[in-house]
Amino acid sequence: MDTGLAIRERLDSIAVKGKQKKQIKCDTDSIAGCVSQRACVYCGARVVLNPVTDAIHLVHGPIGCASYTWDIRGSLSSGSELYRNSFSTDLQEEDVIFGGEKKLARAIDDLVGKYKPRLVFVYATCIVGVIGDDLEAVCKAAAQKHNIEVIPVESSGFIGNKAAGYRAACDALFRLINSGETEKKKNDPKINYLGDFNLAAEAWIIKNYLYEMGIEVNVTFTGDSDYMALKKAPEASLNIVQCAGSMHYLARKMKDRFGIPFMNVSFLGIEDTSDSLRKIAAFFNNDEITRRAEALIDKEIRRIEPLIRGYRKKLQGKKAAVYVGGGFKAISLIKQFKELGIDVVMVGTQTGRREEYEVIHDLVNEGTVVLDDANPSELERFMLEKGAHLLVGGVKERPLAYKLGLAFIDHNHDRKHPLSGFVGAVNFAEEVYSTVCSPVWRFIG
Amino acid sequence: MKKETPNFRNVTENPCHMCMPMGGIIPFKGIEQSMVILHGSQGCATYMRRHIAEHFNEPIDVGSSSLNEKGTVYGGEQNLKTGLDNIMKVYRPKLVGVLTTCLAETIGEDIERITSDYLRDRGLEGFPVVTVPTPGYGDSHFEGYWFTLTRIVTKLTQRAKRHSRVNVIVPNISPADIREIKRLLELMGVEYILFPDFSETLDRPFEKPYQKIPAGGTRTADIKVMAGSAATIQFGMTVEDSMSPGRFLQTEYDVPLYNLPIPMGVENTDLFFACLKEITGKEMPASLRLERGRLLDAMVDSHKYNFHGRSVIFGEPELVFAVTKTCSENGIFPVVVATGSRNSKLPRLLKGFLHELEIETRILTSSDFTQIRKNSREMGANIAIGSSEGRYLTEKEGIPLVRLGFPIHDRVGGQRLLSVGYTGTTMFLDRITNTLLENKLTNYRSSMYQKYYKNYHAAVPTH
Repeated sequence: MDTGLAIRERLDSIAVKGKQKKQIKCDTDSIAGCVSQRACVYCGARVVLNPVTDAIHLVHGPIGCASYTWDIRGSLSSGSELYRNSFSTDLQEEDVIFGGEKKLARAIDDLVGKYKPRLVFVYATCIVGVIGDDLEAVCKAAAQKHNIEVIPVESSGFIGNKAAGYRAACDALFRLINSGETEKKKNDPKINYLGDFNLAAEAWIIKNYLYEMGIEVNVTFTGDSDYMALKKAPEASLNIVQCAGSMHYLARKMKDRFGIPFMNVSFLGIEDTSDSLRKIAAFFNNDEITRRAEALIDKEIRRIEPLIRGYRKKLQGKKAAVYVGGGFKAISLIKQFKELGIDVVMVGTQTGRREEYEVIHDLVNEGTVVLDDANPSELERFMLEKGAHLLVGGVKERPLAYKLGLAFIDHNHDRKHPLSGFVGAVNFAEEVYSTVCSPVWRFIG
Repeated sequence: MKKETPNFRNVTENPCHMCMPMGGIIPFKGIEQSMVILHGSQGCATYMRRHIAEHFNEPIDVGSSSLNEKGTVYGGEQNLKTGLDNIMKVYRPKLVGVLTTCLAETIGEDIERITSDYLRDRGLEGFPVVTVPTPGYGDSHFEGYWFTLTRIVTKLTQRAKRHSRVNVIVPNISPADIREIKRLLELMGVEYILFPDFSETLDRPFEKPYQKIPAGGTRTADIKVMAGSAATIQFGMTVEDSMSPGRFLQTEYDVPLYNLPIPMGVENTDLFFACLKEITGKEMPASLRLERGRLLDAMVDSHKYNFHGRSVIFGEPELVFAVTKTCSENGIFPVVVATGSRNSKLPRLLKGFLHELEIETRILTSSDFTQIRKNSREMGANIAIGSSEGRYLTEKEGIPLVRLGFPIHDRVGGQRLLSVGYTGTTMFLDRITNTLLENKLTNYRSSMYQKYYKNYHAAVPTH
């Protein structure tokens, strides 16, 4: 048991509520050899940009980075399928020695010739940053040559952690929207929805709710978005931000540049979904929108409450552990588990921010373990120590939970069922029930 | 049987291969109580862990030196040493593998020097650390796998007294396949050293308490004495000599090398047993002759269905070679055979038997799935055999996919797929035949209607 904490530098990133200070160390580089669950800058940029459906996503680097990210996410499109391909310059040794700029330029030529896109994102990987290829210049020349937009994404893997990749993606998106004409009509009920990647139709579900309230979604960043829709982003009168970790930065830039106010929302769980819809309605200060919002919330809650109550009966008193990418998701999950009568006994994230950890600290019970940038041996130790019955996480955490004999909930990007909105709240409860109450555990003593 | 397409493209569209360090991680997972650390940025370790974990459904712990900007500019020596310290503390491994990534290679990290300094500073002289340079832009994961095996043997094996055991060196096949090869060796009464053996470590039974490093794997003591073995059987026909552990043992220690295809299909499996007989003088037991007979019986049962098969086969060269042979034996005509590796041996080896088939087979090396898809369409392929990465062939071209190899992401049980030996071949063949049948039975009503009713009625007016 003690070996999990043999790494002393990790102590500052772990806290137990009630026993220690409120603050834990976060947003720093991972410690070597800790087997961090985190990915890299490129990963952060790729997850944010990849759902742009009609763009060419070209990875400038050796093959691995493109191989491991080819269509592994569940983002859906209502139009182009171009984004589901993984293009790579597949750099070879001679390219590394002599530079990869020419190959990149030829790769863009080939792809533009073949697919006729209006938009190309070129992602930098580790060695591109090291060999010093001038991405900016190559992209600029290609853009002029083909008369389309070719946008470099500065995502060399080693220049920070995943959060730096989010910013690189936001910079790329901002370049795209800032290069268009900007004109908007004040106070039109027209909003941008930031930080939803349309996993298993989640952005569509929220779009339907808002439509029912009389609000139009102008563009989603970036689920099921495309070149034309993104260009029109400045026309919105409000930005709502779901995944704050990835999109807060862009929301701020759009506020400064276009004067679009933004608010954080969450559509995970009944409480957060209802609150967020009310907040959005309140922003427009329009009786009709408010009335419709209340009617929608009332109708949906009536529909799903009996279902949730049924699951709650079965799940009451169980204990959950949470280890997810961002703080925003962790916060929503704690509330969502409360709705099901489940206490969270361990909660951690890969890229949570200071203020998010403060909220987490306030939400959880005494004795809950809070940790940043955890690794398998810490997860193992605390889940067993706190007697968790289930873990929420991603692909890498799943086999660990199962090997420990714990139930597991996929909350990663590759899931194929929606967890957003009222629909998602029911799906979530059902998934928790299906794993916690599976007969398999009878054989696992 | 003609075409071979070399590749000089500027862009790879939907890769059919992965990078070298990915291939290098798996052999270490097949050595008792070992742990791997990748010298590079954090993402590489995490992406590869994810990829491997999803295939095997096992926790895959891999360390990273987590190189940041500072480490990249001023050298990552300190990162690697700290990484090694932490790995040692938390996992207490008996062997550590250090692999590089494209980043570490490009900034010129000397992992051999850094690790030997490290062991000296920590008073750990003699602790086995195997370093493997695996630049991500070097070769594919296939070469990464074999090169790592060669490095391990080079580092650990020592001149040893002659003994009667046989080295059996396996490619990246499923844990179930490895277990089957061990069963066959035991039935033959052959004592062996199987290397690498991830049959237990990457397909471990549920048990409590959880072990961070699973039990099983080739023992380092056994790797040490591979130099004294009676012979080496290596399933590595397509492996270059510079990356062949069997070749190394032969040139360095005079261990006779029998380089064989993976024992899939009748002839390849026969070859394996003939080879065992030559080495040990032992005959195949009656029970195995029965298994062989059952395979032949299954082939007779299926032969007419299979004769409608036009297959596209893709993946790592060694597996592709064995599968192509198996398909050829069963009339599932290979029309496209592809690998993402640059492998030059594969085309030559394939030509050795494909010419008998009187069909055209397109052989693609350094290939990607955009090419494979295009060629499959042009050649009228109706069944695909390979990893999950071929799913677009089904989704976009309607060609059903029989999953085999690595990685299998979209189905469970990749680690449990049995395809080697007479019994494994029978099961593999059944999977193929049933896929052909399913496709035919699902579609024949509409296809017959299209072909004979609808077209006819378009031409002939109804009453």
